[in-house]
Amino acid sequence: MMDIAISAKHISKVFGQVRVLDDVAFELRRGEVLCLAGENGCGKSTLIKIINGVYTPEAGAEFQFGDDKVSGVTPHDARHRGIHVIWQDLALFPHLTVAENIVFDDYVASPLRPLSRKKAHDEARRIIGKIGADLDPDMLVEDLSIAKRQLVAICRVMRAEAKIIFMDEPTASLTAREVKALLDIARTLSAQGISIVFVSHRLSEVLDVCQRVTVLRNGKLVGTYPTEGMTQARLSELMTGRELTQEPRAAGKVGELLLELQGLSRTGEFEDVSLKLHRGEILGLAGLLGAGRTELAHVIFGMHAPSSGRMFKDGKPLALSSNRDAVAAGIAYVSEDRLNLGLVQNQSINMNTAATVLPELEAPRFFLSPKRIRQLTADWIARLQTKVSNAELPVSSLSGGNQQRVVLAKWLATKPDVLILDCPTVGVDVGAKQGIFTIIRDLADQGMSIILISDEAGELWYNSDRILLLRDGRLVEEARPSDIKEEELEGMINA
Amino acid sequence: MPNIRLGTEGVLALLILALCILLGFTTDTFLSLQNLFDLLNNQSVNIIFAVGLVVVLIAGGIDISFAVAASVVQYVVLTLLMPIGGGNWFFGIALAMACGAVLGLFNAFLIHQFRIVSIIATIGTFNLYFGLLMYFTGGVSIYDIPDWLYDAVPLVALPAERGTATLYLPVAVMIVMSLLTWFILARTGFGRAVYGYGSSPEAALRSGVRAWQIQAFAYGWLGLCAGVAGLMQAHIVQEAVPNALNGQELPILASVVLGGATLGGGRGTVIGAILGVLLLAVVQNGLNLMGVTPYAFQMIVGFIILVAITASNLGKILPGKARAREV
Repeated sequence: MMDIAISAKHISKVFGQVRVLDDVAFELRRGEVLCLAGENGCGKSTLIKIINGVYTPEAGAEFQFGDDKVSGVTPHDARHRGIHVIWQDLALFPHLTVAENIVFDDYVASPLRPLSRKKAHDEARRIIGKIGADLDPDMLVEDLSIAKRQLVAICRVMRAEAKIIFMDEPTASLTAREVKALLDIARTLSAQGISIVFVSHRLSEVLDVCQRVTVLRNGKLVGTYPTEGMTQARLSELMTGRELTQEPRAAGKVGELLLELQGLSRTGEFEDVSLKLHRGEILGLAGLLGAGRTELAHVIFGMHAPSSGRMFKDGKPLALSSNRDAVAAGIAYVSEDRLNLGLVQNQSINMNTAATVLPELEAPRFFLSPKRIRQLTADWIARLQTKVSNAELPVSSLSGGNQQRVVLAKWLATKPDVLILDCPTVGVDVGAKQGIFTIIRDLADQGMSIILISDEAGELWYNSDRILLLRDGRLVEEARPSDIKEEELEGMINA
Repeated sequence: MPNIRLGTEGVLALLILALCILLGFTTDTFLSLQNLFDLLNNQSVNIIFAVGLVVVLIAGGIDISFAVAASVVQYVVLTLLMPIGGGNWFFGIALAMACGAVLGLFNAFLIHQFRIVSIIATIGTFNLYFGLLMYFTGGVSIYDIPDWLYDAVPLVALPAERGTATLYLPVAVMIVMSLLTWFILARTGFGRAVYGYGSSPEAALRSGVRAWQIQAFAYGWLGLCAGVAGLMQAHIVQEAVPNALNGQELPILASVVLGGATLGGGRGTVIGAILGVLLLAVVQNGLNLMGVTPYAFQMIVGFIILVAITASNLGKILPGKARAREV
């Protein structure tokens, strides 16, 4: 039996009328790597905040830290016991050096003591060595990749003598190789007796390093399971509470050739890409982050000019000098960055839906017709079954899955016949993902051609008719889901 | 890229050096000891303002009320001291610092307590301070100033081509204020916390940095520097004119930005701020000596600022791939 690092029992929390957490128990062992899984809004963050003393739980909660039994925690208490959270935003100082970031707590603790740069540097070196990371203490944090910034954040909490580290969605924006490096560090820390809790949506890689997984659903504890023998499908089921009927798309009726690329290149991004897209086809574009997937999409959408190669649509040469030309040619592109590029967050659902087709909504000329905008939005809300209480509300009031439907509506309103989807399920719950894919499959069945870019091999495997693999800017392989297994595809991507 | 290694300060220093050499060849007076000393004497006030302002910019704020605050300090100090016999240097500087700090703290109070964006808050206090000053003085200058303030205090006098070249007290005060500011920013934990707060307020708050302390220090310190600068300005011109400093805030802001500070916070150094002021001063001085009409100054200064800012941003725009893409 391993030592208990944290044991919390009977944790409940009520916000207003809503019971966010209902009698949840949480146990973390010393030196363990645990995964805390659950859909958005299941109460994961609330639980972390209660354990860290940010929120006070309802009466009846019991906490045990090591051998200490207490009935409540304050933030100071939690820090004192070595409990630290690395939130997704990392909370680093981009204009300071790595070393200064790592020793920043000293600046706050002793604001008057003149400090030596050398000491800060040496101290940073020591911590970096301890976690076995590859970091230059003198680099500015703003010049580091997200993955390295994450390591800096880990160094910071290690400096503060962390014994228990919660990491909120640490793998969300990392490439497979970076995730591996992060997980290696997690193993190193765990070997030093430090307990780590990963909070994650993306489960495949985390399952690999975690010993156990605790699943929450709608504020209730579903259970804690050993990861040994746990599959992603089973875990999704536990998280959503329903069996997801994921079946590969029936290979079938693909129409005539619609879009063709011949030897398309863009210097420094991708090279000699030739592909054919047919009517009603879902073409998966696989590859690691940085393999050139998004860059290729940008060229097909006219945002960047190719340095060589040709594009044809309906057999005619396609020359795009801007994405406006692309829209006119019936091409639409849904960006992976829904938050910043896909939607104007503080504008209404109506305005966001209408953004791509404003000229068509003018009545008679120059003056936008609010009525037509509302009609258009209502129409798309109905067609995509978006859950919207009032389309005048800012789009930021919607959940990730529903926001993604608004983005889709906005682009479908341009009546494209080629739809490029760049990671359409980033930040979307397991349950809501299924809804998005149902929409995508229906669109293809109605004859739309779709290029689907995704980080998740499973998504591509289940939803594509054909998958092309990009590696370092080149198309290296083509596969049909009917011919290979999901695991084989995963292996090909990470090879 | 050599630019990155040199940093903004290095590039500015090189630029100033190049200009000095150029002016040394094209004019026969620029490299004279007298001219260089005059340059320092004349710029000491601007530099004191600039080292105060850089603190506010590093903390992620902006202040445009400091120059009129300095005028207010001149009037308050003189009005308080004249009836009690004029006081002395020690008393005068202490009073100017205190008075300036209070005006700066008022900005900090508005910005922190009422969450007013700093540019709006200080546009407000700029008008308020200037309005109060004009209202109560009726626009009348003070010519009757204490002897200690009236008499020039030479520090270094060296024989030069025509008579002597002299450095006066304001230069020493400027050096002291610069060193103090540099020490606080670069050598204390609190100073690094100011950078941290400017770089990411949220991260700083989560690390236990108290926002009000940072704001109070930044605006208070600028106010204090402005008070000192105001007193020095009155000392140099031997009078207090209510609108003498009005309009100085933007060129000084431009110099500090030229010196590497940004309106986004987290960036900037004392050295950079000083070099920024000096660059513009050397340009102006050189143009003057070359006989260029003063009406062209502002145009040329504006041009330099735009070129400098564009050039420093080009480094970020051009080699997009080469930068920060290591895995």
